[in-house]
Amino acid sequence: MEVLLAIIIGILYAAGVYMILRRSLVKLIIGIILLGNGANLLIFLLGRITEGAPPIIPEDSSVFTEAYADPVPQALILTAIVISFGLQSFAIILVKRAHKVVKTDDLDEMNATDEDS
Amino acid sequence: MTQQIILYPLLLQLLLAILLMFFWNKIKAQRVISMVGSAIHLVVSIVVFAYIWNNGTQTLQAGSWEAPFGITFIADTFAITMVLLTSIAGFAVSVFSAGSVISGRLKFGYFPIYHFLLLGLTGAFLTGDIFNLYVWFEIIIISSFVLITIGGEKAQLEGAVKYFTLNFLASMIFLTAIAVLYGLTGSLNMADLANKVAAVENRALVEITAILFLIGFGIKSALFPLYYWLPASYHTPPSAVSAIFGGLLTKVGVYALIRVFTLIFVEDVFLDQILLVLAIFTLFSGALGALVQNNIRKIFSYLIISHIGYMIIGLGMYTEVAIAGGVFYLIHDIMIKTNLFMVSGLIYRIKGSNSMRALGGFYANYPKLSLLIFIPLFSLIGIPPLSGFWPKISLITATFNSESYWSLAAIIFASFLTLVVIAKLWAEVFWKDAQEIPERPRFRYFHKVKNIKRVEMVVPIIFLSLVTLYIGFGAEHVQTLSARIASELMDSQQYIDAVLNNSQITE
Repeated sequence: MEVLLAIIIGILYAAGVYMILRRSLVKLIIGIILLGNGANLLIFLLGRITEGAPPIIPEDSSVFTEAYADPVPQALILTAIVISFGLQSFAIILVKRAHKVVKTDDLDEMNATDEDS
Repeated sequence: MTQQIILYPLLLQLLLAILLMFFWNKIKAQRVISMVGSAIHLVVSIVVFAYIWNNGTQTLQAGSWEAPFGITFIADTFAITMVLLTSIAGFAVSVFSAGSVISGRLKFGYFPIYHFLLLGLTGAFLTGDIFNLYVWFEIIIISSFVLITIGGEKAQLEGAVKYFTLNFLASMIFLTAIAVLYGLTGSLNMADLANKVAAVENRALVEITAILFLIGFGIKSALFPLYYWLPASYHTPPSAVSAIFGGLLTKVGVYALIRVFTLIFVEDVFLDQILLVLAIFTLFSGALGALVQNNIRKIFSYLIISHIGYMIIGLGMYTEVAIAGGVFYLIHDIMIKTNLFMVSGLIYRIKGSNSMRALGGFYANYPKLSLLIFIPLFSLIGIPPLSGFWPKISLITATFNSESYWSLAAIIFASFLTLVVIAKLWAEVFWKDAQEIPERPRFRYFHKVKNIKRVEMVVPIIFLSLVTLYIGFGAEHVQTLSARIASELMDSQQYIDAVLNNSQITE
C-alpha cells in the first residue's frame, strides 16, 4: 500500500510540475490541482498508514490500550484541502478573467509586464 | 491571563476586517474605520512591544492544549518587533490607501482584504507552530492575490498569473516540507521540532527537508534564482498595494527563513554556505536588474530583491553580530521599501507617469516634496548617519570576523550599485529639465484632487520618513534591540524552554 501510494504521489507531483511548465493557462490550472492533491496524499502517507481505532482513551484507563490511528495528519489534510480548494477556484476565475482581458491562452504572449514603460 | 496580551494585535486586525465587511458599500466609512483602526493597532502593538521588552518572551497555548500538542503562540522580541513594524507600515499604507486608491477599487472590498492581509502577517509572526505558519501564509497570499487583481487591468491580471503560480508553488513546497518533517518527527510545534530534529538519525532526509524549506521560503522572499515573479508583478497594482507588498510580503519570507534556520535546522555548515552563496547572487542580480530599468517602480522592485541579500548574508554567516546586522537591516528595509513605493505612487499622481524618461524637473517644481523624498532615497543607500548605514557596519564587521571576503565584496559592491541606481534616478527624475508629458484626460492628478486627499498621500510619507530618521539617528536603540533579538535567536534553548516548560495553563 505504501509503495503504491508513494508511486502515485510521485506521478502526481511530476505531472503537476510538468503541467505548470506548459504554456497553456488551462494546463496551468490542471497542474495546480494535481500538485495540491499530491501534497495532500503525501501528508496522509507520511502520517503512517495504520489500521487502528480512533484515538480515544477508554474511560477506565488513562493510556491507550490498543493501536490507534494518528488523527493529526487527517486534520492537516482537511485544512490543506480546504485551502487548496479555495486557491484553485481563485485560479480558475483569475485565468478566466485573464483570458478575457488579454485574449490569449498562451503564457508566452503574456509579456505586457516586461515591457519598458 | 496576562499572556493573552500577545493575541491582541492579531484579534484587533480580525475585528477590523470583519467590521469593515459590514460597511461594504460605504466607502467613506471604510476609509475612516481603516485609518482609526490602524492607529489603534499601532498603539496596541507599542503597548505589547513594551510589555514583551520588559517581561521577556511570552507564550500562549491556544485552547489550553499544552505544548507540544496544541497550537502555540509565542511572542519573543523578534516576533513582536515584526508585529510592531507591521502595524507602523500598516498604518501608513492605510492612510495612503484612503488618499490614493480610487473608489472604483475600494468598492470591491479593498479595505477588508487589506486588513485580512495584515491579520495574516501578524499571525505568521506570532505563531509557534509550523503548520499554523502555513495557514497564516495562505491567508497572506490569498489576500494578496485579491489585492493584486482588484481593478482587473491587463497588466495587473498578467502579473497576477505569474504571482499566483509561483506563490502557489512555494506554498506546495512548504507543505511538502511540513509533511516530510511530520513524518520524521511526529510533531509540528517549532520548539518541540527543534529538539526532535536534532535527534533524528537520518541526517540526509533532514538535509533534504531543510532544502525544501529553503526553496519554499526562498520563493516567497525572492532569493536569487527564485525571484522572477517579483519584478513581473509588483509594479502592476496600485502603489498603495505595492507598498505593503514590497514592505512586508517578502520580509515575512525572510522572517520564516531566519526562524526556521536558527531554531529547527541549526549548525548546518552546508546550508549556511548555500545561504551565503544565494545571498551574494541575490545582491548582485537584484542590483544589476535595477540598473537597466526605466520604470521607477520596477527599479524599486529590483532593489527589494537586492537588499534581501543583506538579511540572508546575516543569516548565512550565523554569528551573533551578523544576525544582529541582518535583523537591523530587516527593520530598516521594511520602513524604507514601504515608503519608496508610496513615493513612486505620489510621483505617479503628480506627473501621470512612472517612466524615468518622461519624468523630470521635480526638484524645480516641488522643492519641499523633493527634500522629503530625499530622506528615504538616501537612507536606502546608507549614507551616514541615515539608517541604511548602521546595519552594514555590523554586517561588514561580521564578514571580517568570519573571513568571508566574498560576502564583504558583495555587500560593498551592492551598496555601490544601489548608489549608482539612486543617483541615476535622482538625476533623471529630480534634476533633469521637466519633460513634456501629454495631459491624460480623466486622470486624477495630484493638483486636481481635494486637499484632504493630498494630505492623506503626503502624511504617511512624512510619517515613515520620520521613523527612518529615528532608525538612523537613534541607531543605538535599534542596535540594542537587534542585538537582543540576535542573542535570543542564537540561544534557541530560551525559545524552547519558553514554549515547553512554561506549561502553566492560561485561564
